Amino acid sequence: MKAFAALIDRLIYTRSRNSKLALIVDYLRHTPDPDRGWAIAALTESLDFPAVKAAMVRALLATRVEEELFRLSRHFVGDTAETAALLWPESGKPLPFREGVGVGSIGLAQGRWTPPAATREQSSQVSLPSPEGEGELSVSQAVDALSAATRSDAPAILASLLDRLDADGRYALLKLALGGMRVGVSARLARQAFAQAFDVPIDDVEELWHAIPPPYAPLFAWGEGRAERPDLKDVAFFRPFMLAHPLEEESIDLADYAAEWKWDGIRVQIVRGGSATRIYSRGGEEISAAFPELVAAFDQEAVIDGELLVRGEVQGGEAASFNALQQRLGRKTVPKKMLADYPAFVRVYDLLAIDGNDLRPLPWTERRRQLEGFVPRLADSHFDLSQIIEARDFDDLAQRRAGARDAAIEGVMLKRRDAPYVAGRRAGLWYKWKRDPLTADCVMMYAQRGNGRRASFYSDYTFGCWSDAGELLPVGKAYSGFTDEELKWLDKFVRDNTLNRFGPVREVEKSLVLEVAFDSIHSSKRHKSGLAMRFPRIARIRRDKPAEEADRIATLLAMVT
Amino acid sequence: MAKAKTWIEPHPGGIYVKPADLWIDPSRPVERAAVTHGHADHARSGHGAVFATPETLAIMALRYGVDVAASHNRGFAYGDGFELGGVRFSFHPAGHVLGSAQILMEYAGERIVVTGDYKRRSDPTCKPFEVVPCDIFITEATFGLPVFRHPPTAQEIAKLIGAVRAEPDRSVLVGAYALGKAQRVIAELRGAGWDAPIYIHGALEKMCALYAGHGVDLGELRLVSEADKAEMAGQIILAPPSALNDRWSRRLPDPVTAIASGWMRVRQRARQRMVELPLVISDHADWDELTTTIAEVNPGETWITHGSEDGLLRWCELTQRKARALHLVGRDLEEEEA
Repeated sequence: MKAFAALIDRLIYTRSRNSKLALIVDYLRHTPDPDRGWAIAALTESLDFPAVKAAMVRALLATRVEEELFRLSRHFVGDTAETAALLWPESGKPLPFREGVGVGSIGLAQGRWTPPAATREQSSQVSLPSPEGEGELSVSQAVDALSAATRSDAPAILASLLDRLDADGRYALLKLALGGMRVGVSARLARQAFAQAFDVPIDDVEELWHAIPPPYAPLFAWGEGRAERPDLKDVAFFRPFMLAHPLEEESIDLADYAAEWKWDGIRVQIVRGGSATRIYSRGGEEISAAFPELVAAFDQEAVIDGELLVRGEVQGGEAASFNALQQRLGRKTVPKKMLADYPAFVRVYDLLAIDGNDLRPLPWTERRRQLEGFVPRLADSHFDLSQIIEARDFDDLAQRRAGARDAAIEGVMLKRRDAPYVAGRRAGLWYKWKRDPLTADCVMMYAQRGNGRRASFYSDYTFGCWSDAGELLPVGKAYSGFTDEELKWLDKFVRDNTLNRFGPVREVEKSLVLEVAFDSIHSSKRHKSGLAMRFPRIARIRRDKPAEEADRIATLLAMVT
Repeated sequence: MAKAKTWIEPHPGGIYVKPADLWIDPSRPVERAAVTHGHADHARSGHGAVFATPETLAIMALRYGVDVAASHNRGFAYGDGFELGGVRFSFHPAGHVLGSAQILMEYAGERIVVTGDYKRRSDPTCKPFEVVPCDIFITEATFGLPVFRHPPTAQEIAKLIGAVRAEPDRSVLVGAYALGKAQRVIAELRGAGWDAPIYIHGALEKMCALYAGHGVDLGELRLVSEADKAEMAGQIILAPPSALNDRWSRRLPDPVTAIASGWMRVRQRARQRMVELPLVISDHADWDELTTTIAEVNPGETWITHGSEDGLLRWCELTQRKARALHLVGRDLEEEEA
């Protein structure tokens, strides 16, 4: 548990992605099975112990720490797991500043205050291994103990584990047990760490990951060259996505490339293998739980690639904006009303496997032919076919792209007709050709320091536009689009024009106009201006423009889709 | 016993000792002030006369230009004191920073101790806290919640040295309060065998010199402003916390930012400060030190000046000790200094 606790602690304070990656790589290489597997599952929130919940931990603490002191502490710390980890009494341990004086004598539990009789009896009924246990508590011992726990003996089991750990270990254990790790490690990052740790192709790791449950022993055996690659027959595993480069060529020949609309939803892969249907997002995260109606409707032994969209009323039953889709994301359960208000469907554009046959090596034209035959087998309430844009030539396509008014259209995709489906971003195979960004002239209002390399620079800017009442209201926040030289200039501007400081944030003189580029703009209840931009970035610094001449909120409202 | 309330008055701006017409750690300029230690939230400028330890007077001279030589300002060694208006004042080590003192007042058979800020664990830069028996114990409670248990200092210093050695191409920049914490971290590093020059921000220079002048061995210190970027790789640099993410830090070789403070115990707090290496090193008593000290002093009554007084009050209530919170104002440096 020591190594795992140290890893979590380092990850909490490490902000750069590469440094996090290096920490996990190191841990995976130097930790034995099955600890490392359980650890990685805990980091990626893939564990659940139904018997151990925050309310139970609070109740357990109430048997050790006086209620009011717990309440005050919890209020100060702001996190139940951390509060519990810090408060858990270490009886018998001498005070660090003087030998021989036990904390217990005047500490929390053993002073004049004693726990309520009921809880004392409860904890004395259960027989448990001695608090010291044998040697250091391992992650897998903890997982085994927590997995075996029932609701009635979970408090005693957790208590005996906590007794064997120091404050950092207790924090790690409680985070492992309760979830909510919040160390900035996505499943994707964890898989990259695995690939790097054992020098195996990331695509293979992506495919295998979902097919093997924690603690991933066959995966580690394969990674370390001790076993063959696990066999994935009859398993609903994830295939890494084929990705596109932005189109930079002036023109391409449509004889070589097919054009489709690029939809503003989320890219998904739906896999049915064995008896399971799973939906994966672009990063390979499983999001099946958020879209139960799609899982239920996908009844074919196949793997499709497509865009998940929400049907919107405004568009007459067509795809609604990304904003609507956001209501559906990140849910573990979906209320009925949500299913009715934001019905999801998938616009299918590729077929990767059917009836156990891998179609990925086939050229796009052949996969497309099979796809067109396959989509009618799916329920049209939840699945439709992404149409090919019939353009005479590239200029015609450019005109259609410019004329596209549908809110759910983000641009055009160009796919090489003879290309197989390959993982990742390969030159010349797929292009994305986004609509030209919208722009607005906004006024810098607040600035915040960045992270990592940018920790000493004010690099995150909140900007606003003018209301009819002549008030500047925030419309967005951007931290990219400028060069290093421009960043230095912006940083100096912020420091020289600071009006107020709020922790890491500075309010600045409302005098600098920033031309902000963004992909689209939506109404949002989150901001006072009622607007939210997608992908805002700083296009130009308009030192020449007076702040009064920046855009008005009304101008932005007219761009809302 | 109840007489105390007739001769000592806690006010939001300090503690007033009526018979002596004297204030302890007043937040505004007064005619006569007794000062527990040199931190700016206890020692202010502009008083008529200051009574303190010689070290505290020297610190106040450095910070505010208080005229130490002036006859109305008087310095008293630990154990010594003076009498004013029938009240006997004496100074006793508080273990907080160089020169920090508890002030004992004796009047009409009653003994009252004002701790100022204090800690119980060892500190190579100042004399350890002494338990002074009293009727009323006026204590701080910066870390008056049971979540605050500072780990052994040696463990945190080892963490710091480990971090420097782990990445010899980088430097470790430690944010440490300019009075007390910085010198203590340096002295603890020396005690742990770190012999390399330690680089410091200009704001620490004079206080380090003052400590050295009082016999605290800080080893070789170099100013960052006079050093090459390259020579600071693999080295430890100290700066006030406010300079950590400031432009000043750009001259350092890819620094790992650390803060030495008791607040670093709480992860989200450390994260908010953009710290990569939190060092739980405090000059304030943690929960165990606070509660042990009250138990050892065993006063008739405990008054709590500032900090998380709710937690300590609750503990006093649970252990059936008479206690009250004074709600002193202006003790706002704790965030930086603790």
